[in-house]
Amino acid sequence: MNTKLETIDYNLYYGNFHALADISVKFPEKQVTALIGPSGSGKSTFLRTFNRMNDLIAGTKYTGEVLIDGIDLFKIDPVALRQNIGMVFQKPNPFPKSIFENVAYGPRVTGMHDHKKLEEIVESSLRSAALWDEVKDDLGKSGLALSGGQQQRLCIARALAVHPTVILMDEPAASLDPIATLKIEDLIHSLSVNYTIVIVTHNMQQAGRVSDYTAFFYTDETRTGRLIEFGETQTIFTNPKDKRTEDYITGRFG
Amino acid sequence: MIGNARGNEQKMSGRMIADKTVKYILFISAILSIVIVLAIAFFIFRESVQAWTEIGFTDILFGGIWRPGQDQYGILAMIVGSVAVTVGAIVLGVPLAIGSAIFLGEIAPKWVQAILRPAVQLLAGIPSVVYGLFGMVVLVPIIRQINVPGNSGYGLLAASIVLAVMILPTITSIAEDAIRAVPDSYRSGSLALGATRWQTITQVVLPAGKSGIIAAIILGIGRALGETMAMIMVIGNSVIFPKPLNANPLTLFLSQARTLTGNIAVEISYATGVHESALFATGVVLFALIIVVNVSARWLVNRQSSIQTTRQ
Repeated sequence: MNTKLETIDYNLYYGNFHALADISVKFPEKQVTALIGPSGSGKSTFLRTFNRMNDLIAGTKYTGEVLIDGIDLFKIDPVALRQNIGMVFQKPNPFPKSIFENVAYGPRVTGMHDHKKLEEIVESSLRSAALWDEVKDDLGKSGLALSGGQQQRLCIARALAVHPTVILMDEPAASLDPIATLKIEDLIHSLSVNYTIVIVTHNMQQAGRVSDYTAFFYTDETRTGRLIEFGETQTIFTNPKDKRTEDYITGRFG
Repeated sequence: MIGNARGNEQKMSGRMIADKTVKYILFISAILSIVIVLAIAFFIFRESVQAWTEIGFTDILFGGIWRPGQDQYGILAMIVGSVAVTVGAIVLGVPLAIGSAIFLGEIAPKWVQAILRPAVQLLAGIPSVVYGLFGMVVLVPIIRQINVPGNSGYGLLAASIVLAVMILPTITSIAEDAIRAVPDSYRSGSLALGATRWQTITQVVLPAGKSGIIAAIILGIGRALGETMAMIMVIGNSVIFPKPLNANPLTLFLSQARTLTGNIAVEISYATGVHESALFATGVVLFALIIVVNVSARWLVNRQSSIQTTRQ
């Protein structure tokens, strides 16, 4: 299996604060990898490394290497990189624009202005995000008028519209009800055929349901996030090597 | 125990009375501001009745000549003067103000903000007469250098520039607030899709903050229409229709003019009878103009937000 994303001895600092330490891991292509671990263990920060959203915070420094398709990610222009690596946020954040405009936004800012083509992209993206049937007659309606679950699927469609190869998801179902959560999980399943997905989740059952691989992050009183264990989800959940992983998964802390 | 409970009850009722009293005091304060506005409006209208009845509505509003000595009280030239100088100030001031607001809210590093923001706010604290003085002493002599016959330096251009600087802090600080109020999740959403920072500003942040930015501009217009002292000092105050000084239409801005506010301030000290009433009529027109601006602004803001929620 090809490696899509890889980090080698990756360290991240916010000013003097050592946020992530010595992370070396390989995420396989077109698989779902879940990042689990207690709050503050650096999962989301690690996730944001891949589309360089951490760069937006003043005072971030890093050491080590981060690769996408074997290429140094920090040598790629972040604007171009983010077209290749989409992101879905914890709280649905559709723009205060119509459903159509939300999905067409990415293609538009990257230079696509042919309306016919935009319509095709909007339809196919909404279909891939399993939202088309619910909104096809209301594309002019505001994205903010949708329910929370629909908004999140709209945000997924919006990310798909720029044709990324990787989708990062930061607790995408954290603010949704169980039924909407289930829909998002089904969607993650079907998307993993074509996309490499990395998902941060606090929900152990969810990690078990949606992911092929799992990375367990942990932190001690230094608050520096470390990768404790990485492997196939099945293995991590049934036969973890590290005591801390086992304790976390069985719910002894976290 | 019983005594205690009764003590509590009494304390409760004391608090209740305080609560009710505060409610009424606040209610009265709110009502009072409405009453004051209505009282002023009523007073201005009452004083202007003589002018409306004796001179006539159309002769005041559309009359081109203001010659109190000959009982001619047309204020059209002043309406045009007020509108022209306001338009001039908006054209010059709004791009600058919105640009500053974007810079302050989106681009400037913290230490630059710490210098710039108080500087902009300081502009708002400078008294109007000082702006007028600056206009007279600095701007007017410069503008007088423009070699066009009839150009005195005093006029619409000087007034527009002074006014543009005067409305700058109002528009900048309110527009900046509107820009800051746009949730960060919109920005990260846009950046995560591969939009540049500038695309994010123009296509997500500004549209999302549009109603606040429009409100800022409207407040600027209101301030511009109402400005008096600085205008009297630099606009020349001739009661003439502003018109180009030669074949070049741009020389319109070198023309002198008089604003509605200036008309009142310059003449009220010696006006009596119909003349005095006509000045109150000028005030009524100013009042109406500002109401029109505010109502259309509100309409615009509402329309924009309904487009945001329904349009394709």
